[in-house]
Amino acid sequence: MIISVASGKGGTGKTLVATSLALSLKDTERVQLIDCDVEEPNAHLFLKPVITHSEAVCIPVPKVDDEKCTYCGRCADVCVYHAIAVVPKHVMTFLELCHGCGACSYLCPEKAIAEEGREIGIVESGYSDGVDFAQGKLNVGEALAPPIIRKVKEFANHDGVVIIDVPPGTSCPVVEAVKDSDFCLLVTEPTPFGLNDLVLAVETVKELKIPCGVVINRAGVGDGKVEEYCRRESIPILLTIPLDTEIARLYSNGITLVAGMPMWKSDFVRLFEKIGDIVHERTGRLER
Amino acid sequence: MKELVVLSGKGGTGKTSIVASFAALARSKVLCDCDVDAADLHLVLQPIIRENHEFWSGQVAVIDEDKCTQCNLCQELCRFDAIHDFKVDPISCEGCGFCSQICPPEAITMKENMSGRWFIADTRYGPLIHARLGIAQENSGKLVALVRQKARQIAESDDLDYVISDGPPGIGCPVISSLSGVSLALLVTEPTQSGIHDLERVLDLCRHFGVPALVCINKYDINEDNTRKIEDYCLSQGLMAAAKIPFDNVFTESIVKGIPVVENSRDGIAKSIESLWQSISRLLAG
Repeated sequence: MIISVASGKGGTGKTLVATSLALSLKDTERVQLIDCDVEEPNAHLFLKPVITHSEAVCIPVPKVDDEKCTYCGRCADVCVYHAIAVVPKHVMTFLELCHGCGACSYLCPEKAIAEEGREIGIVESGYSDGVDFAQGKLNVGEALAPPIIRKVKEFANHDGVVIIDVPPGTSCPVVEAVKDSDFCLLVTEPTPFGLNDLVLAVETVKELKIPCGVVINRAGVGDGKVEEYCRRESIPILLTIPLDTEIARLYSNGITLVAGMPMWKSDFVRLFEKIGDIVHERTGRLER
Repeated sequence: MKELVVLSGKGGTGKTSIVASFAALARSKVLCDCDVDAADLHLVLQPIIRENHEFWSGQVAVIDEDKCTQCNLCQELCRFDAIHDFKVDPISCEGCGFCSQICPPEAITMKENMSGRWFIADTRYGPLIHARLGIAQENSGKLVALVRQKARQIAESDDLDYVISDGPPGIGCPVISSLSGVSLALLVTEPTQSGIHDLERVLDLCRHFGVPALVCINKYDINEDNTRKIEDYCLSQGLMAAAKIPFDNVFTESIVKGIPVVENSRDGIAKSIESLWQSISRLLAG
């Protein structure tokens, strides 16, 4: 089962929920945490994993053979990203714009374009105290997160429980991280910002046809509108974590909630059971 | 005209609350929300929308079932795993157009994609340019570039001193688009291990693009050891830690009331944000 932990708004507690959920399940399940927030991966700060494998993520970019090139301009015509331009007797490439679609190389009539890898980040895997771990990391200055997210998701162990820490927002990196999940947990806070971004996140997971439920973090601040919204839209609120200085202090020191306050473990186990019930009920319904 | 962008790497450190306060403090400016994915600044500034535009960007492949001979070449060549059973998944399609170029019966066409909307609005603090990327859409970087361009145009035509932009979290495409070519970046961090880690990456990004930066430590009193670490780090990097703002529920209360923090509190919090703005305006003037 793949459970993604997303939020729309940043800083609502995705990593807090994802890490504590993983640690709460490790005694009963084979559990893996995959950090797909490749722009700012933070789960490793809490799980402190031993990394056993690391590899570069490259996208295939064009390499033009000047001997073979006739400067016909076909490559530039087919590149929608403007990553290749042909001037008389010269081909210029702008590799940071290249998405690696392969059109230029395939369509070159002279077969003058080979592809070579350009590193945009890394993926790593390892383990931490009974939890399998993987993360992706975008190189600073690179724009394209989705290829790294795709790559790190290849580490997913489909026989166990996979928990995905999703980047904030609602656009392509979020979609790449959340898609193929069995369930998406949306972590929010009870403020107008939290609600505004929760509504966007709910629309995104609906678009992907993935069932979702809500975790309200820092309950006690703000107003009651997130709860009203969830009731109105029949979205289950599966866990509520209060605003608490001790929880904030643990988080600030890179200590997971269940390590610092073990009484929370049973809440996360119950959270997992509720998710399991929703997923099984849904699969049953789809099969019927 | 000078351009300030407020970034953080990590989300939820208080970027939008600080930008909303700057909206109240800065005299002659255009406001710009570069978080087109999950924009929140309008919730505080309560704009009246003056212009509402469609944002057309990129294309999506469409297969004409009547022409398709099910040869499967498109599916084999698509690098984005966007074609299954002779249908295009518009969410996975990157719009590269490769499939439409190679389809033997020419059954694939590229369709223009409306991927969001952008707005020019009036607020009681001045004009606001903001946008709304469509759900699960791409090209947020292009939309950010567009809202920034419009903000600059308005600042120039109305002879205003500043463009103040609320940036998105992260360090990827939309952040690069918010950052490139600005006069100054304010990095808002918090004294947590995640906050520090993310600050380092976003600072590296500022350096990569040659943008000068200064730092504000929000909620500094939730972990004063970490606050000292951030101050030491700033010192070692030659960065100014321009403000330390204590944790206070007035941030959340202001969001609930829909007003900037500086208008909701007259005590230390407002003072520290005011002196932060003074430091920034001095830097921008110098």
